[in-house]
Formats: sequence, C-alpha cells, structure tokens
Amino acid sequence: MTQHHRHTLEAVAVSHRFDVSRPWLQRIFNRESKRFLRAVDNVSFEIPTGTTFALVGESGCGKSTIARLAVGLYEPSDGDILFEDQPLSSARAQPALRRRMNMIFQDPYASLNPRWRVSDIVAEPIRAFRLATRPNEVQARVGSLLAQVGLTMRDGEKYPHEFSGGQRQRISIARALASEPDFLVCDEPTSALDVSVQAQILNLMRDLQQRLGLTYLFISHNLAVVRHMADRLGVMYLGRIVEQGPAETIFRTPLHPYTRLLLDAIPDLEQVGRSRTPVGGEIPSPIAPPPGCAFHPRCPLANDRCRTEKPAHTTTGDVQVACHAVQEGRDA
Amino acid sequence: MPLLEVDNLTVEFPTRRGILKALDRVSFTIDKGEILGVVGESGAGKSLTGAAIVGLLERPGRIASGQIRLDGSRIDNLAPEPLRRIRGRRIGTIFQDPLTTLNPLYTIGRQLVETMQTHARLSDSEARRKAIGWLERVGIPAAAQRIDAYPHEFSGGQRQRVVIALALCAEPALVIADEPTTALDVSIQAQIITLLKDLTRDHGTSVMLVTHDMGVIAETADRVAVMYAGRIAEIGPVADVVRRPAHPYTDGLMASIPSLEHRVDRLRQIDGAMPRLDAMPDGCRFHPRCPRAFARCTEQQPELMAAGATQAACWLHAVS
Repeated sequence: MTQHHRHTLEAVAVSHRFDVSRPWLQRIFNRESKRFLRAVDNVSFEIPTGTTFALVGESGCGKSTIARLAVGLYEPSDGDILFEDQPLSSARAQPALRRRMNMIFQDPYASLNPRWRVSDIVAEPIRAFRLATRPNEVQARVGSLLAQVGLTMRDGEKYPHEFSGGQRQRISIARALASEPDFLVCDEPTSALDVSVQAQILNLMRDLQQRLGLTYLFISHNLAVVRHMADRLGVMYLGRIVEQGPAETIFRTPLHPYTRLLLDAIPDLEQVGRSRTPVGGEIPSPIAPPPGCAFHPRCPLANDRCRTEKPAHTTTGDVQVACHAVQEGRDA
Repeated sequence: MPLLEVDNLTVEFPTRRGILKALDRVSFTIDKGEILGVVGESGAGKSLTGAAIVGLLERPGRIASGQIRLDGSRIDNLAPEPLRRIRGRRIGTIFQDPLTTLNPLYTIGRQLVETMQTHARLSDSEARRKAIGWLERVGIPAAAQRIDAYPHEFSGGQRQRVVIALALCAEPALVIADEPTTALDVSIQAQIITLLKDLTRDHGTSVMLVTHDMGVIAETADRVAVMYAGRIAEIGPVADVVRRPAHPYTDGLMASIPSLEHRVDRLRQIDGAMPRLDAMPDGCRFHPRCPRAFARCTEQQPELMAAGATQAACWLHAVS
C-alpha cells in the first residue's frame, strides 16, 4: 500500500517568523510597531528517501527552528513543508502518517521522563499508536527495540537516571523508533556526549539507517560529525541556507565564503600547531539582520552590491549557493 | 626548574559510602611559557586538577596527598588569605561560562581596575588607562567607551575576551583555562584561541588548557596530558600524542573523532563507558574497555613509563 516517493520531506520556500514585540500597552505608549524575528527565511530543500540531509550553522542560524518545522511542531509562516508530497499540516492530521516521523533531541537528560521505567518510555508510542495491544506483544516489541540500540531487556526495568549519557541517548533512539517511523529529525543528537560515546551513537544511527531504510534530517553545529553522517548538506547563516548540495562536493570545494570560514575555523587534529588569522566579527542579531547579504559585515569578499542586494540562489553543478561574489567570479 | 610542579596529587571526596578517590597520584609539570593541554572525557578529573591547583576544590573534596609547587614553593597547603593573593596575582583563571566569572553588577572597567589594584600599587587613573589598554589588546572595539559597560551589554565572545583580559591583567605567571571556548561558536572559538595563544606568548605566560576538544589542543598546546578515570593515561608532545599515541585509550580517543579530511564508513568506537568513582576496576582502570588488555593489566596498576616520544601508563610499554 505504500507508494514510492522520491522525497520523504520537501521544504518549499519556507519562512518562519517569531513575534518578539513588546507587550501591547508598552507598544502603544512608545508608538512602536510589532517586531518579528525571521528565524527561517525562504528556505527550500528536499530529502531523498533513505538519505541524510544535514543542516549546519552557528547559534541563531535557524537550524533548530527548521527541525521543529519539519516534524510539525511549528507551522511555517510562509511556504510549505511536504511529507511524501502531502502538506505536513494535513499529514499530521492522520495518525497513520504522524507515527511515521519522529525526533531525537540533544539532551538525553531532559528528554526522558525520570519517573518512568525505560520499558514504559519505549512502550508509550507502541500503545499510543496501537501498534500492539496485548501486554506480551508490547513487551516483545520493547525487547527487540532495546536490542536494536544495544540495550537488554533487563535495562528496561531501570529508570533513566541509572544510565550514562550515551545509554540515555540509546533509549531516546529506541523510543523514537518505537512508532516504526521512516523519517527522523535529529537535533544535535551527540552534542552532549563525549567523543568516544559520540562514535558509538553515530555508528548506531548509520547502522539503523541502513537496516531500516530511514531518512534523516540531521542538525548539528559540528562539521566533522556532519561530514560523517550527511549525504546532502545545507549551510545556514541567519535564517537562510547559503549553500547546499552533495556533502562531499561542499567539503571538497566549498563555494560560499561563510562555508569556507566555517571549515577553516574548526581546529583539526591533522593540523598540529597551525597558526592562522581567524575571521573577525560576530554573528549579528537575527532581530535586526544586516541589509543585503546578511554575511557581508564579516565577508572578505563583500562589495557595495553585497551590502544592499540580497543574493538569490544560483546553481553551479550540483551545488546551490547564494553569494554575489561567487556568481560574479570575484571569489578566486 | 618548571614553573608548576604537580607531584602525586590525590584528591578525595569522603561520602557516606566511603572515600572516593577522584584524582589518583597525578603528576605533571608546566615550564615557563609552555601551554599544557589537559584532555579527557567528562569525569576524567581534568577540571578537578585545575581546581585543586588554584585551591578552589569544592567541599567536601580535599587534597589527600601529594604536592603542588609554583616556582619551587608549595601552594597546596596555604591558608586562605595567602592563597587568595596567589590566585589572580600569580595564577589567573578562565572558565567556560564568562557570566559566572564576571560580576553582573559592576562595569567591566571597575572589575579590571579592582583586580589590578588588588595585586599592584596603581593610582585610579593609571589603572583605568591600563584597563583600556587590556581591552584593546583582547580586541574589544571602542575600548575607551566600552569600559563603562556592564557584562550583559557584551556578546558571548566579547565577554570571554573580557574574562581573558581579567585573567591576564595582573600579569600572572600561569593561566588555568578550563574549557574557555566550549560555550562559543566555532568562528568565535577560533578568534579566542588565537587571542589566548598570542597574548600568553607575548607575556611568556604558562597555560594549563583544560578541554574535551582534542582539535583545540592539537592547534594550541605544546604538550598534552590525556586523563582517564582520575589518572594521567599518557603525556607528551602534542604531535606525538596525536600522531603516534602510545596508550590504547589515547589511540581509541583519536580514532573516534570524526575527521574533516576524509570520511570513513564506521568510526572506531570504544565500547562501554568510563567507570564510576565508586566502582573502579582493579589494575589498569582502562582494562575493561581495552582491546589489548592482558593478565597483568587486570592485576597491577601501571604508572607512567617511557613509550616512544611520550609517557604512557600502560603495561604494553613495560621493559620486562
């Protein structure tokens, strides 16, 4: 009964604004108009079924807002998010489709109910979506889910506080898989973990993807982690995707000056004792983004056009990039 | 003579269920002008080592044995008042979260002036002039105006710059920087690391850089100490520890870090987790997770021994 869809998720010109106005009365007294924060600004991407699309960027770039939009926790202010060609708002109205998407969060300490046994945490989606009703059937499913993430049935009897951070993230993954989803949004799933544990979780996520044919939207600020996970990659800056395309291509030949800055800024093991000249400047406030290209105050290639005109996306090969300098060939 | 000598430092936490040894005979030195990186996963004891050196161990933690010497004189057994004078004047500190270091009720200028006047005889105008100089040196734009601003008026990266100015303004001989860039975005992290490196080089300051980020250490430090479960597993020049790790833990740690240069199918992972303080295994503390463990590892705890260009606490390198 499942039809074949090329893309599991598609974002079409999605924007999301938050109302950050002051209270009504204060606004009247000070004669202020309403103020909006454009967290996501005209973003489009598609995630082919069974692949990983990663979004990277620094704080405030809008990547977590997109994560929430992608599972329907927020509604886009403009544009559409399509889940298997259906608008997400109507897809979420159908429990059958809703169970097919799920989310893994950054903090495994905050996302598990401390008063519940692990087996109940994992069983909840099974009961909620009526995937099994008889207790021993539910138990069997919980057992196989725990086994899938490398835990035992005995672990199911314990409470979350009895586990380390990495094991808690395994529990979160088991819970996310309990509704048998096809699409998982992973928002910084390993950022709270130590590197040796991070490797365990990343390996597990790739194994599960291959075994179950999962589609991932993977959000991270860590480019090395993204490189390990992503098939396609979007680089975000202040609410916009400034460059997107096949991850390998972008890592090999980054085009946008911001992507180059990011790649250059990461301290790398293979560069012992390197000295460098870091790009100066700070990330501007998304409430009052700079005019033109939002990156121009920090961009070494900026000129007058960049300061006034917002660059549109252009496609070079497989890569889409929004940069006047790249388009004009000023980026050599 | 090294600037800082930590000699068999043991830190204990008495609890209802017995005494927990959080640091077990940790020894290392830092030379004048040297940057020593201290790396390890959560709970390895790296921050605790820094806290013990500046005398900021949280109760009921205590130094049970061992010595800490600065310029040859002991600082681990000082009374609170002389210790307070050393902290700030001789040892500066930079912590992860600049908001916990800065007093939100005072302007940053007042905090800088106060710090300098505590440790040196300076007139108000002289101290203010110096404070502006420090803010310029750490890259705060329009320092002469910004000196009268409060911490909340700065961005996260700028606050960390102010904290660096505060740590260095009394011109200490040693700076202990505990995860100084962990709360910052990568592009800002690169700025702060470069700043810290340049300033300490200019002033001949020694640095103990505590972080979980091996990349930051590789780029910044001269030598690195890898900690595991309250002990130093390996210590040596950064290039050697990174490229030719001698301890299986260091080796596993390096291999588990995803690389920007090339993509692998699977990351090498170290199975299991670091043991808890109340359930330390006998012998080498890493042996339950070690792919190369043998009989001796389960029985006898290894001390640091020569292993190529580095020193590793691992029986693989024992000369028998």
